Amino acid sequence: MKKVTEEKVAVMIPRELHDKIKEKIAGTSFTSVEEYVVLKLENEFPDETEYTEEEEQIIRERLRRLGYIE
Amino acid sequence: MPRPHGGRLVDRFTPQSRKAEAAEEASGLPVVEVSRELRLDLENIASGLYSPLTGPMTQNDYLTVLAKGRLSDDLPWTVPILLDVLDEAAEGFGEGDTVTLMCEGEPFAKLTVEEKYGWDKEVHSERVYKTTDQAHPGVTKTYSRNDTLVGGPIEVFDEYPGKFPRYRLKPRETRFLFKEKGWRTVAGFQTRNAPHIGHEYVQKTALSFVDGLFINPLIGKKKPGDFTDEVIIESYEALFQNYFLRNSATLVTLEMEMRYAGPKEAIHHAVIRKNYGCSHFIVGRDHAGVGDYYGPFEAQEIFEDYPDLGVMPIFFRNFFHCRKCGGPQNEKICPHGEEDHVNYKGRVMRELLMKGLRPDETQMRPEVVDAILRHSKPFVE
Repeated sequence: MKKVTEEKVAVMIPRELHDKIKEKIAGTSFTSVEEYVVLKLENEFPDETEYTEEEEQIIRERLRRLGYIE
Repeated sequence: MPRPHGGRLVDRFTPQSRKAEAAEEASGLPVVEVSRELRLDLENIASGLYSPLTGPMTQNDYLTVLAKGRLSDDLPWTVPILLDVLDEAAEGFGEGDTVTLMCEGEPFAKLTVEEKYGWDKEVHSERVYKTTDQAHPGVTKTYSRNDTLVGGPIEVFDEYPGKFPRYRLKPRETRFLFKEKGWRTVAGFQTRNAPHIGHEYVQKTALSFVDGLFINPLIGKKKPGDFTDEVIIESYEALFQNYFLRNSATLVTLEMEMRYAGPKEAIHHAVIRKNYGCSHFIVGRDHAGVGDYYGPFEAQEIFEDYPDLGVMPIFFRNFFHCRKCGGPQNEKICPHGEEDHVNYKGRVMRELLMKGLRPDETQMRPEVVDAILRHSKPFVE
C-alpha cells in the first residue's frame, strides 16, 4: 500500500461514517480509516497518466488510424 | 480515472531501439517453451494489464494469493499468474539465470529466474476454483500443467500483434483514449458472448450514469459451445453500427484464456479493467462461471471482501423481456408476473443458432443474428 508522506491537513467526517468505514475495512489491507478515505478521494481526483509529447503523438496517430478517434 | 492497480502501470516491453539487441542476447540463453495461452498472460504482464506484476509469480506472492486472495503486499489479487516449465527444461537453469521464452518455436521474451518451486495442484484447484472436480475446465487445465513453476521479471522483445490487431490496445492507449474522449468515468464490460438484448440493456443501463462504455470481449481459448472469437467481434460490430451512439462506447479486445474461476475470476477481470482505466466494472449473474460450481451471485458477493479494489462494481441481477411492458425489464422495475416474462437465455439462443434458426427479435437484434449466421461454424468445437 502506498504510504502517504505529503503534508497533511485535517478533514472532519461524521463519527457514524467513520465507524462504518472502520467496520468495512476490518480484515483488509487498509491499516486506517484515513488510508481508505485517501484512496477513494485519490480515485476521484487522480494524477493524470503522463505521456511524453512524442508518445502522445504516436498514440494519437494509432488511435486515429484504428478509428477510435477522429 | 483510477490509478493503475498498485499505483503504477507496468511496461515490460523492450524499447524499439533495443529490440534487435535483446533478441540477439536471447539467442544464447537456455530456452523455455511456453504455450500460446501462457504467452498471452506474459504479454498482458508486459503491457501493464496485470499491473503491478512484472513477471510470473514467485512463491510468496503465489501462496498469499491462494491463502488470502491478495499479493504479499496485501494488494487484492485472486487468480495466480504462473509459468510452469518441463522438469527437464528447469534442470537447465538456476535462480539468478536469464532464460529465453519461446512460443511455437519463436523466441519472444526473456525472464530472469528469481525462483523455481513446486506446487500442490489439489490445493491450487480448491483455492482458485473452489473444487477439485476434474470435470471443471480450470481444474483439468491445472492438472495438465507441469510440476515446476518459475517466477521472476520478464522483458518482451517480440510483441504478439494480436488476433485482431485492429482492436488491440494497451492500457496506456486506452487511458489516453478515455482522456481524449473526455470520459472521466468508464464502465468496463467483460464478455465471451455475442450480445443479446439482455446484454445490451445492461450495457446501456450502466452507460446512463457513466461517461463511456468499454466493451472488452475476451479473445482466446474457450470451451466447446462458446461463440468463436470472430463471431463475437462481428456481432459487436453490428451492434455498435446500429444501436450505439458513436462517442459513447468503444470496443477493445482482451486476449486471455478464460479460467472459469467464477468469483475469483470476477475480481481478476475487475483489476484488468481498472488497469485499462475503467472506473466501474459490470458484474452480472454467474460471472465467469461454468456448470453449477458457483452460486448465481457469488461473483458479486466476493466484492464485499475487497473494499480496497479501486474499481467500482456495478451489479446486475436478472433481466427478461416483459410482454406487457414490451421490452427488457428487471425484477426491480417490472410490476408484472412471471407469466409475462421471457428470460434471456443464452443457451436457448445458441441452440436455435446452431440449427441455423433466428432467435426472436425481442431476444437478439436482427443485425447481430445476421452477423452470427454469416458463419457456417459460429461455435467453438
